[in-house]
Amino acid sequence: MSADLQQDFFALFGLPRRFRIEEAALEAAYHDLHARVHPDRHAHLPDADRRRAMQWATRVNEAFRTLKQPLSRARYLVELAGVEAGFENNTAMSPEFLMEQMEWREAVEEAESAADATALEHLHQRLRNHTRELLGQLERQIDAEHAWNDAADTVRRLMFMERLRHQIDDALEALDN
Amino acid sequence: MALLQIAEPGQSAEPHKHRLAAGIDLGTTNSIVATVRSGVTECLPDEQGRTLLPSVVRYRADGGVDVGHEAAAAAANDPRNTIVSVKRFMGRGLADITHHGSLPYEFVEGEGMVRIRTVQGVKSPVEVSSEILAALARRAEATLGGPLTGVVITVPAYFDDAQRQATKDAARLAGLNVLRLLNEPTAAAVAYGLDNASEGVYAVYDLGGGTFDISILKLSRGIFEVLATNGDSALGGDDFDHRLVEWACESAGVRPGSERDMRVLFDAARAAKEALTDTETASLRATLSSGDDLDVEVSRATFERITADLVRKTLAPVRKALRDADLSPEDVKGVVMVGGATRMPQIQRAVAEFFGRAPLNDLDPDRVVAIGAAIQANVLAGNRAEGDDWLLLDVIPLSLGIETMGGLVERIVPRNSTLPIARAQEFTTFKDGQTAMAIHVVQGERELVADCRSLARFELRGIPPMAAGAARIRVTFQVDADGLLSVSAQELSSGVEASIVVKPSYGLSDDEIAEMLRAGMEHAGEDMLARALREQIVEAERVIEATQHALWVDGGLLSPEERQTIDAAIAELQALCAGTDHRAIKAGIEHLTRATDGFAARRMDQSIRSALAGRNVNEIVP
Repeated sequence: MSADLQQDFFALFGLPRRFRIEEAALEAAYHDLHARVHPDRHAHLPDADRRRAMQWATRVNEAFRTLKQPLSRARYLVELAGVEAGFENNTAMSPEFLMEQMEWREAVEEAESAADATALEHLHQRLRNHTRELLGQLERQIDAEHAWNDAADTVRRLMFMERLRHQIDDALEALDN
Repeated sequence: MALLQIAEPGQSAEPHKHRLAAGIDLGTTNSIVATVRSGVTECLPDEQGRTLLPSVVRYRADGGVDVGHEAAAAAANDPRNTIVSVKRFMGRGLADITHHGSLPYEFVEGEGMVRIRTVQGVKSPVEVSSEILAALARRAEATLGGPLTGVVITVPAYFDDAQRQATKDAARLAGLNVLRLLNEPTAAAVAYGLDNASEGVYAVYDLGGGTFDISILKLSRGIFEVLATNGDSALGGDDFDHRLVEWACESAGVRPGSERDMRVLFDAARAAKEALTDTETASLRATLSSGDDLDVEVSRATFERITADLVRKTLAPVRKALRDADLSPEDVKGVVMVGGATRMPQIQRAVAEFFGRAPLNDLDPDRVVAIGAAIQANVLAGNRAEGDDWLLLDVIPLSLGIETMGGLVERIVPRNSTLPIARAQEFTTFKDGQTAMAIHVVQGERELVADCRSLARFELRGIPPMAAGAARIRVTFQVDADGLLSVSAQELSSGVEASIVVKPSYGLSDDEIAEMLRAGMEHAGEDMLARALREQIVEAERVIEATQHALWVDGGLLSPEERQTIDAAIAELQALCAGTDHRAIKAGIEHLTRATDGFAARRMDQSIRSALAGRNVNEIVP
């Protein structure tokens, strides 16, 4: 096992390359690595060590952020599998999903323009439930079936759900102020 | 074969010397310096036994500078030249400063930061703050009996990049080596957490003289992990004083006629505010320059009524921080109160109501930040003792973004990301043969550039000329553990590093700081060259000591030839230090740093490998 800055995030944390991860193990590995690489541990050392420490700590933070969130973890796994998913640009989606998207958007916009916090909270809850379902689906697609194209599709759906969640959060925050 | 060095258990075989370090709480109203001595953390008093140094600087007509109590005593008689609450001006333009019209200063809107005209010329907030830092450093050095290796300076968690940079520049002007800029609530959490061996989620509610911070932290097995932070860097105890002044003048039907009046009124308001913490009524008395005597009674109920919106204003950031941490108030195990302004009963009550539990007031809210900073400084200086294996993971308080078409912000680093963090972004040219481009970096949460704070304009130069859209320039935004941004850029197809010229929007340029340093030394009758030489020698000694320590611990990783190269670089640098050429010493330091680069990489590699080896190998899938 070599420890270089290029190794993948799962290897960095000594975790199996899977969608289902043990959060406690991830966190323990994250803390363990930071105890060694964090700039505060190297503040009294020569500049060369301090530069290295910053690079490593930056990498460890990026790895943790990527693996902690299920959506970014799934995206990362799809990319590691070599699937050209084009998450940022590829908007080719099933008509059924496009319909679903429209319905969600309309519901959120309606609640937003009515400044209806209860409706927004309700949508938030529905969104959470739906997200949970999709995450279950992802686990099957990635860990059991290795169905990477299907997984990529689910990731795109979840990315949409996440944007919608941000929109609802922003609307709720605006109502707060 | 190298001989193994064996130390007695519990004893170090290394010739280790204790490095002098201090923590400085550079506050809006008061500042404090603290240090760890033989395992005990203490705030250092002045000769009269006072630990709090009023953050007041007076520039006298005779060329002298007073800092602290003497300056504060003269504030009413010499308000224009006596700078109070300078922290509010750090990294700020005139338009950012609330009630600047009622402050007794002659502001000068300079390039970037606001300045103040004094009898000793125009001063920037950075210079004023450096006087406070220098006074505290002198106190520490006199008490400890030697020069400080480094200091940790605390800043409000909600300070943006410009305010942090200004604080670091002030330390540089004061000739201090900054080990770390530490967020005030995090410093308090360290002091509290280590004191109580706490585990779980804690909130730190920090209302100082001029700033408000809320941080949510998770304490687990020696890791202090900030989950989210929020605040208002222009809200503090001063605003409560201001309300009292306005109310008193209105109810007595008087108007402050001079700058002196303003100072006298503020002092009276502060005294009344402090009295109301323990009594139901207090009087606010002042003699104005018109000869009018102001004498009004203020009840606690009135005070609470006229400041209720200020108290409420602190709760919005609390809600936002909890939301960002994905927690609700009942998930918080304890709320640590920090800052003198949290003594006000209405603050205590509001926090208790919000979190549904009594806040924690067992540490002195004025000193807890300096104590935490001193503990951190001690460890960062390399005095880590057995069992000192705790670690801080802090976050960036405000999102970083860049300006895109139409004055919109594209977010690059989201707020509450754990530091350090780097994000790379690719750009291309839009004209044939284009060799330069500008990137405008802003900080804040809004969508429009105009609503965010402009941090800096980075101009990339030296892009190889290509057809429009052919160049691929990767720009890396790195935020270090101090929360400070640096930017680097590379053209990917040619590998050419683009050079970067930074124009900070609210800071001082390197030239300005160099000029201030020069002027300061001239004023103190100090020789510029002598100081540069002294600084380089101190730095060289630090690097040599650190390298020798690394060799002592991990020398086995080197081949005899590699070892020889490093030893030679050390010997060369030692020889240079006996001379008087500060530039040659600087070059020698750089040479030694280059010579140890591979060694540093191997050391880090070994450390990470041993972290992985500690886990079950079967868990590691190829």
